[in-house]
Amino acid sequence: MNVMLWLILASLTVAGGGLGVFLWSLRSGQYDDLEGAAHRILFDDAPPPPGPKRSAPPRS
Amino acid sequence: MSAAAALAFPQADAPAACRHCGEACAPGGAFCCAGCAAAYRTISGLGLASYYERRILDPALRAPRPEQTERFDLARCIATRADGAQELTMAVDGVQCGACVWLIEQVLAREPGVIQARVNMTTRRLRLAWHGSPALADRLVATVERLGYRLIPFDAVQLETSADRTGRALIRALAVAGFAAGNVMLMSIGIWAGLTQGMGPGTRSLLHWVSALIALPAIAYAGMPFFRSAWAALRRGRTSMDVPISVGVLLVSAISLAETIEGGDHTYFDSAITLLFFLLIGRVLDHRARGQARAGAEQLLALRSADVTVLEQDGTAVRRAQQSVAPGTLILVAPGERIGVDGVIAHGQALLDASLITGESLPAPTGPGARVFAGALNLGAALTVRATATGAATLLAECARLIAAAEERRGRHVLLADRVARHYAPAVHLCALTTFLVWTLVLHAPVMTALLAASAVLIITCPCALALAVPAVQVIATGALFRRGILLKSGTALERLAEIDTVVFDKTGTLTLPALAAAPGADAPAWHVAASLAAASRHPLARALAAAAGRAAPAEGVIEHPGQGLSLHGADGEIRLGSPRFCGIAGADGDTPELWLTRPGQDPARFTFAEALRPGAAATIRGLNDLGLDLRIISGDRDAPVRRAACALGIARWQAGRSPVDKAALIEGLRARGARVLMVGDGLNDGPCLAAADVSMSPSTAADISQTVADLVFQGDRLDPVTIAIATARRARRVMRQNLALAIGYNILALPLAACGLVTPWLAAAAMSSSSLLVMANSLRVRGRAA
Repeated sequence: MNVMLWLILASLTVAGGGLGVFLWSLRSGQYDDLEGAAHRILFDDAPPPPGPKRSAPPRS
Repeated sequence: MSAAAALAFPQADAPAACRHCGEACAPGGAFCCAGCAAAYRTISGLGLASYYERRILDPALRAPRPEQTERFDLARCIATRADGAQELTMAVDGVQCGACVWLIEQVLAREPGVIQARVNMTTRRLRLAWHGSPALADRLVATVERLGYRLIPFDAVQLETSADRTGRALIRALAVAGFAAGNVMLMSIGIWAGLTQGMGPGTRSLLHWVSALIALPAIAYAGMPFFRSAWAALRRGRTSMDVPISVGVLLVSAISLAETIEGGDHTYFDSAITLLFFLLIGRVLDHRARGQARAGAEQLLALRSADVTVLEQDGTAVRRAQQSVAPGTLILVAPGERIGVDGVIAHGQALLDASLITGESLPAPTGPGARVFAGALNLGAALTVRATATGAATLLAECARLIAAAEERRGRHVLLADRVARHYAPAVHLCALTTFLVWTLVLHAPVMTALLAASAVLIITCPCALALAVPAVQVIATGALFRRGILLKSGTALERLAEIDTVVFDKTGTLTLPALAAAPGADAPAWHVAASLAAASRHPLARALAAAAGRAAPAEGVIEHPGQGLSLHGADGEIRLGSPRFCGIAGADGDTPELWLTRPGQDPARFTFAEALRPGAAATIRGLNDLGLDLRIISGDRDAPVRRAACALGIARWQAGRSPVDKAALIEGLRARGARVLMVGDGLNDGPCLAAADVSMSPSTAADISQTVADLVFQGDRLDPVTIAIATARRARRVMRQNLALAIGYNILALPLAACGLVTPWLAAAAMSSSSLLVMANSLRVRGRAA
C-alpha cells in the first residue's frame, strides 16, 4: 500500500514536471515559428560580432 | 547594327545570371545593377558569402534585387519596451528559404546596438529590438533593404490581437486536459484490471480519490471554454453543441464524485476529462485554421501599403502614412506610382489607369480639376493631387455604403455543424431523461443507478467525434488551399463555396491581368533594343514591355527622364524610348498608352499596350463549365472589350457598362431566383457585388476594400485558383458529411447499450477514442488529393 502511494506520487511529479515544461515553452514563444526552427538548425551561428559583449536575447 | 551597339544591347537568348539576384545581366558582367553589386560586397565583407551557396531561389518569386523602395514613417510603429530598448515588428517580403532568414538575422546582429533580430519564417515577420535612439530604425531597415528585401512596418497597436491570446489559452487548456487525461487513464486501467483480479475496496477507493483529485481541477480549468460558450448560448435562449457537452461533463463529474465518496464500483472521471481533451483538439484546430488565414490576409494588405509623398507648405517633400494625410494637403504622385489618397488633381496632365476602381480597361488622359481615387496608377508625368475628405459624395463612400447594405441583406449562413447541433442537443437530452425516467419509474431502480445510466447516455453520445468532424476537415482544406496560394478569410466560406451553382466574374483585373501587356507589332530588333532599355526602368509600361520580351538584360548607361521616357547614348547617337513627344514624333495624341522607340538612322517603332487575359483563363472557364456551373460576366467596362473577353473565353452571358449599384442589383436578382452565387472581382466597383454574393473571391492585386470584403483571396497571375477552391470545398463538404454520418452512426449504435446500463467506464472510453480517431483519419483524405 505504501509502495503504491509513493509510485502515484512519483508518477504525478514526473508528469506534472512535463506539463510545467510545456507551459513554460509555450509562454516563451517556442511554438510561434515551427517552420523557421527546421531551417535554423542547418546554419551555424556566425562568429561573435566585434564590439561590446551583448546580453542574452531577451525572451519574447 | 554596329559592333558597339551589339555590345551595348546583349542578345537576350544568352544572358548571364547576376551573382546576387540571379536575374539576367550583360554577358561577362557579374551583376545586373549597381544595387546588386553593393549587396554582394556587403555580404562578402561581413563574411556571410556562404549565403549564396545555401540559398534556394524560386524563379517564380521576386528576385532579391535591391530596388528603390517606398520610405515609411517608422516612428509611429516603434514601441519602447520595459527595459528601455526600442522594438519594431515588420513584414518581410522576399524571404524564400532558411538562408534568407539567416542572412537577415546575421547582418542585423552585426549592427551596433541591436539586441534582437529574429525572422519568423511562418508569419514572415521580423522582430527587431535595439538600444538607443528610435531614429536608428531607418538605418537598420535600409541595411536590410540594400540586400534586396522589402520591410514594411506593422503598427504596434494593431499587432496586439486578442486572437493570439485566445489561441494560447486554448493550448494551455489542451495541455492541462492532456496531462490529466493521461494520468487519470493510468489509474482507471488499474481499477478496470482490479475489477476482474480482485482488487480490495480500499485500494480501489484510493485510486478513485486520486483520480478525482487530478480530474476535478483539470475539468474546472480545461472546461472553461465550453462552459462559458454554453452559458452565453443559454442566456440568449439558444442551445449549441456546447450545452450537452457542459451538462454531460458536469453531471458525470458530480456523479463520479458521489460514487467516490460512497466507495462505489464505477467512476467516469477518465471519460469526462478525455472528452474535454478531444474536444479541445477540435477547438485548437479550428482556431489555428482561422488564425492562419487571417494572418496571411493581414500580411498581404501590409505588403501593399505604401506611404504617400506630402508636399509641405515650404516646398519640401516628406513621406507620410496615408491615414495621417489631412484634407487639403498636396500630394506628389511620381510617374508609375499609385495615387494614395482620394483627391482632385491640382497640377499636371496625366494618363491615369483607373482599372482597379472603375473597371475601365484603358487608361484615360486626366487634367487639373479632375477627381481621382486612391488606387489609380499614374502612367504619365508627375502629378500634384490635393487630398479631399472622404465625403459622402465620393465613389469610395458610395461603395462602402453599398457593401454595408448588401452584407446586412445577405443574412447569416447556418453552418453544417450548427444545423446538426440544433437537432442533436435536444435529442441527446431527451434520451438521457427518458433513460432516467424508465429506470426509476418503470424498473423502480435506485436513483443512483438510474443517474449512472443516464449519464452513461450523455457520455457515450457526447459529440466528441462530432465536434472534430468539421474543424479537422476545415484545417486540412485550409492548409491545402494555403499551399496553393489561396487564403481562406472566413471560417464559413468553405461550406458556402461548396454550394454555389453560379459564378459571376468581373472582367478587368479578374479575367484579365491587372497590368497592361505590350501588344505585338514592332519588328524583332526593335523589340530587343526597347526591352533592354525598358528593363532599366520601374515604370509600369516599361515593365510590361520588358516582360513581353522575356528576360532581357538591362543595357548600361540608361538615363530615365521621369514622366517622359528613357535615353541611352549608343555609339551611333542617342536612342530614345518613351512618349511620342519625348521621341519627337508629331501627330500622335497620347490618349492611349503607347511607347515609341527612336534610333539613329532607323524608322521609329511604336509599341502599343492592351489588356491580356490571365494565362490559363480559357482552360479554367472550360473546367468550371464541366462542373456544371452557370458562368457570367458583369463588368463596368465598355461593350467592345467585354464582348472580346467573353468570346475568347466562351462565356455566353455577359453585361457591360454596369455601375456598382447595377452590379450588386444583378447579383441580388440572381440570388432571388434561387441561385447560389460566387462573385470573383477585384475593383472598388466590385465591392458591393462581393458583399452581395453568397461567397466571394478576389485576386491579391485587388483594391483594398474588395480584398477586405472577399471571403477568399488568391495570389498569382493564373485563374485556376477558382477551380481549385471550388473543387476543394466540394470535397471538404463531402468528407464533413461522411464524418458527421460516422459520428452519429457510432452514437446510435452505442446509445441502447448505454441506456440499458451495460456501458462500463472502459467501454465508454474505448468507444469515444476510436470514433474520434476514425473521424480524424477520414479527414486526412481531403489533403491526399488536394495537395
